[in-house]
Amino acid sequence: MSEPILVIRHLSKSFGKNQVLTDIDFEVDKGDVTCIIGASGSGKSTLLRCVNLLETPSGGEILYMSSDIRSLKGGAPAYRRKVGMVFQSFNLFYNMNVLKNCTVGPRKVLHVSKEEAEKTAMYYLEKVGMAAYVKARPRQLSGGQKQRVAIARALCMHPDILLFDEPTSALDPEMVGEVLSVMRSLAKDGMTMLVVTHEMAFAREVANKVVYMNKGVILEQGTPDQIFNHPQHQETKDFLARVR
Amino acid sequence: MDNFSKLLTEIGETWAKNSTQYLVGARQTILLAVVATAIGCLIGFLCGVLQTIPVQKHDNVFKKVLLAVVRAVIRVYVEVFRGTPMILQAVFIYFGVPYFFGTDNVFQLLVDSVNGAFGRPVLTLIGFVSYFVVSVNTGAYMAETVRGGILSIDPGQTEGAKAIGMTHLQTMLHVILPQMFRNIIPQIGNNLIVNIKDTSVMFIIGYTELFAVHKGVVGSTYVYFPSAVIEMIMYLAMTVICSVILRLLERKLDGPENFDVTTADSLAHTSGMTTYVKKKEKEELR
Repeated sequence: MSEPILVIRHLSKSFGKNQVLTDIDFEVDKGDVTCIIGASGSGKSTLLRCVNLLETPSGGEILYMSSDIRSLKGGAPAYRRKVGMVFQSFNLFYNMNVLKNCTVGPRKVLHVSKEEAEKTAMYYLEKVGMAAYVKARPRQLSGGQKQRVAIARALCMHPDILLFDEPTSALDPEMVGEVLSVMRSLAKDGMTMLVVTHEMAFAREVANKVVYMNKGVILEQGTPDQIFNHPQHQETKDFLARVR
Repeated sequence: MDNFSKLLTEIGETWAKNSTQYLVGARQTILLAVVATAIGCLIGFLCGVLQTIPVQKHDNVFKKVLLAVVRAVIRVYVEVFRGTPMILQAVFIYFGVPYFFGTDNVFQLLVDSVNGAFGRPVLTLIGFVSYFVVSVNTGAYMAETVRGGILSIDPGQTEGAKAIGMTHLQTMLHVILPQMFRNIIPQIGNNLIVNIKDTSVMFIIGYTELFAVHKGVVGSTYVYFPSAVIEMIMYLAMTVICSVILRLLERKLDGPENFDVTTADSLAHTSGMTTYVKKKEKEELR
């Protein structure tokens, strides 16, 4: 195994006087599926947003391929090309149809040709089962369909790592399955993923690393077996008992 | 009923005698309104976008100061041109500029060079000042409309764009502005229609648009009402046509209501499998 894709060291974040993240440390290796679990308000989403620089960290450092992301050439936009993000609220572009949503990034940011961008888009839309809907506008899709398009849109940028910010939390229960099955097949293909989730069954089954966060700190991290079957801290036990 | 038929005859007579003037007036009105609204929109877009550039803590001092100055200038511009009557602005500029800068002022030179470029007189100073005043006035209103339009777009759209590596400019051009534009079309329509009517105040500096034609026509006959009816109908026709065109534009931007699905969504089926089986089991149990 080569160098880790992401190394997060002593990361902290505060909004005014409100300390949301304290001294966060963890690494993501290539092919890792890391699930971040924890109660609402424990800082999971903020951590993910810091990793993508949608929030500016207050302290600590994030290393991408061994270099500090703040010193990368091209700044935040250049870094984000490599790090895909899937949001809880999808954030598909409402002024474009499904195909255009997937091609606009490669075309405008990576400057690939229209034909190539559409070929890539169709490949990934096929993968998430949305190829039939290329002409649809986001408003015309269900939540699960929107989220699958959002995943395809992120994949079209050929990211080194995909971040998922509670991808199924805004979905009706019957649509959770279709999104999780797409994510499961991505993991099987070896995609590196960092997933904030409340789907414990998914974390247990798909993740090879689970991070439990409580009140802005990482309380414990390890394999799904370690976290789910042999939790060390009382808080972890209580949390798992609550969500089960 | 007698009055009514008398009115119809008089309208017919007035129209027969002055139809060319009315039509020329209407053309001047619609030209001024459409061109000035378009230029005003551009001014408004520019001001709105400049006002919504985000300032971050770690930006350098030069950028911060520059943006602060730009914002202050835009605020003053908006407040001044929204806060004074357009009729006065026209007088102020038409007479004020030569008052300070003489007859060889910037406006006159601009008009001369435009006419020189075309090789024939296409623009008068009166025309230029009219276009200028209505444009700048519309721009002041549009600046606020655009700012509001940008603020009304879900921040998630910006985040989605940033997440695929777009810069601020790309995010604006490809994601925010098209959506904002769709949302403010009704407001652009408002401005266009207000302009079709309010350009009539340009008669104060001698611009011959539709209302000025009315003044000319009744000045020779002293019969006011028939001409007023003609003007009413013409103004209403222009505004209604503009409304319809803008509605069509809105519908075009919204895209087709239906879309073609070539095959079924296979994943939606598999994901529903668990509930589907349960239902089936229930049926078998019955």
